[in-house]
Amino acid sequence: MASSKASRLGEEVWKTRMDKVNAELVVLTYGTIVAQLCKDFDSDYVEVNKQLDKMGYNIGLRLIEDYLAKSNTVRRCSNFRETAEMIAKVGFKIFLNITPTITNWTSDGKQFSLVFDENPFADFVELPDDGRAQDELWYSNILCGVLRGALEMVQMQVEAHFVSDVLRGNDTTEMRVSLIRYIDDELPPEDD
Amino acid sequence: MSYHFAIIGTQDNPLFEYEFGTSKQGGDGQARFSEQAHHLNQFVLHSSLDIVEEVQWTNGQLYLKVIDKFFTNYISCFITAGNVKFLLLHQPTATATAPGGGGSSTTTRSSTSVGANPTSPQTEEAIKNFFAEVYDNYVKAVMSPFYRVNMEIRSPVFRQRVAAAGRKYL
Repeated sequence: MASSKASRLGEEVWKTRMDKVNAELVVLTYGTIVAQLCKDFDSDYVEVNKQLDKMGYNIGLRLIEDYLAKSNTVRRCSNFRETAEMIAKVGFKIFLNITPTITNWTSDGKQFSLVFDENPFADFVELPDDGRAQDELWYSNILCGVLRGALEMVQMQVEAHFVSDVLRGNDTTEMRVSLIRYIDDELPPEDD
Repeated sequence: MSYHFAIIGTQDNPLFEYEFGTSKQGGDGQARFSEQAHHLNQFVLHSSLDIVEEVQWTNGQLYLKVIDKFFTNYISCFITAGNVKFLLLHQPTATATAPGGGGSSTTTRSSTSVGANPTSPQTEEAIKNFFAEVYDNYVKAVMSPFYRVNMEIRSPVFRQRVAAAGRKYL
């Protein structure tokens, strides 16, 4: 699907079929989750990242269904590039009303970066200044899990992680997504 | 003109402090308090909290203007909806010698500067604008998920913004 077509689809679904909630509600709710995790795990940020990823994964497993229903997508993406387009221009658009930029493709077409110009989760946020959060916590890590979970349900095993975040003082917020393999349909074990 | 700005939490606990000088009329933005005054200022600010409590229910305004005076120290107060107090102690420069510059026209300059007359409408307006901008940034700082009520505000970004507001209006 051409990229402009994906944009139009995202725009249309966002306008016509999505329920909207107050952005500050999202910011505060998500912020509270992250802050509470930090507290529960005693500022073990590596563990917090893992938990966020796990939560995202469980969201993704179910969110894909909503995505397919809302966007009325019936056919598979023909390649991973098209998948990337659909993630950025339809997926992120309809659920968060943002369109991250897709860049830095590797030559084999299996890895790309999503660069977030804006991050609706990160408004007002300042990471704790304990000297470690700036280096260890990936505040929006839930998004990685969501992508991983959602793509797994459509037969793609991917790995996603953040490589930079404006909250840490980097210039951009960038997520790296790599395709590991297409999951073949596995026959159920034979029933003798 | 020197300023000492403090944010006091709902338990009368200090949340934030910042000292600065005027940037108007050639001021260099440095506070010109004497050595002992730093501690005295804190004391004076906190002792005015009683008056804040008296005044705060008399009118529905957030900005309470100058509420207290201790020798040459004037104290302006702004109270947030959550009962957090912003207190600004301002001290007009005692002598005619302007800080830093020291030109011939210092006398006229200091007499027209914001704050030379701490109760004039211009000064009130300038301080009001300062408080409004700080309030704006305070709300943003408080909205950070890692901030708890009545916690000390350590954010360097907030400090910078208060400094910027001070430069802009005072």
